[in-house]
Amino acid sequence: MASTAITPTRMVLNQLKGRLKTARRGHKLLKDKRDELMRQFMDVVKLNKQLRIRVEEGLTGAFASLQVASAIMSPEMLEQALLYPRQSVELGMKFKNIMSVNVPQYSFQTKNNDPTEIYPYGFAQTSGELDDALDKLARVFEDMLELAQVEKTMQLLAEEIEKTRRRVNALEYVMIPELESNIKYIAMKLEENENSTKVRLLKVKEMVLQDAHNYQK
Amino acid sequence: MGFKALGLETFPAASAAEATQVLRRITRDSDEYAILYIEETLAAEMSAEIDKFKDSPTPAIILIPGREGSIGLGQSALKAAVERAVGTNILGD
Repeated sequence: MASTAITPTRMVLNQLKGRLKTARRGHKLLKDKRDELMRQFMDVVKLNKQLRIRVEEGLTGAFASLQVASAIMSPEMLEQALLYPRQSVELGMKFKNIMSVNVPQYSFQTKNNDPTEIYPYGFAQTSGELDDALDKLARVFEDMLELAQVEKTMQLLAEEIEKTRRRVNALEYVMIPELESNIKYIAMKLEENENSTKVRLLKVKEMVLQDAHNYQK
Repeated sequence: MGFKALGLETFPAASAAEATQVLRRITRDSDEYAILYIEETLAAEMSAEIDKFKDSPTPAIILIPGREGSIGLGQSALKAAVERAVGTNILGD
């Protein structure tokens, strides 16, 4: 215990009492922060789970179509068809503040707004399966973007929760009990000192009286 | 391959070692890329490299299933995050 290192004086006692008060208030605030983060986190996790499933299903479907397309077309033709994209995506990013955690918010802008513009080739030499595959990919892409946002948010929140939880526990199980025991130690020590002073005074008074009046004996 | 048609930039990599190189190259220079999608099969062998970006706001590295279908790595990232925050897996799966 750290109580051996502290000097049992009234000043230190007051200091410690102040620190205990601050620690208690900090603990309460951090606990509230943790609870709120946790609530947000659970929402994000739920959303993430749904999105993840949707994206994985979508992508699997798209890849299957692509597989079929590559079976029908020659590899050179397929490569040529996809070689040069007509579409391009601009990704914008902002930060949103959730309980002092900065989480990214993405927004994307395609250069061409025409949804048919995703096909970077003429239709004459390619198979319909390729169109199908690209269509599926384009549709799953929006979910993919949202998934990225949600997943990053989730990771960042998880980190913050971990940190906050550790702080709450440190305060609750280390700082506050230690301060309390120190305060108790000082209080007891002061009382002891007071008692001994009192006894000493009584003793001195007796001696002085004896000296002055010489009674007894 | 198909993503290129959507206007995304693609970096083909045959092996995890190659993918690691590419990842280092494009994250070292700038913050140009905010989101990176990596195939699960590749990511499985380079998780140490990917975990480095877990706590930084950019870039977001997202695992997607490859041509062979999902191997469940993406879901395990979710589970890991929950475990990290709560201390235990509360999703029950």
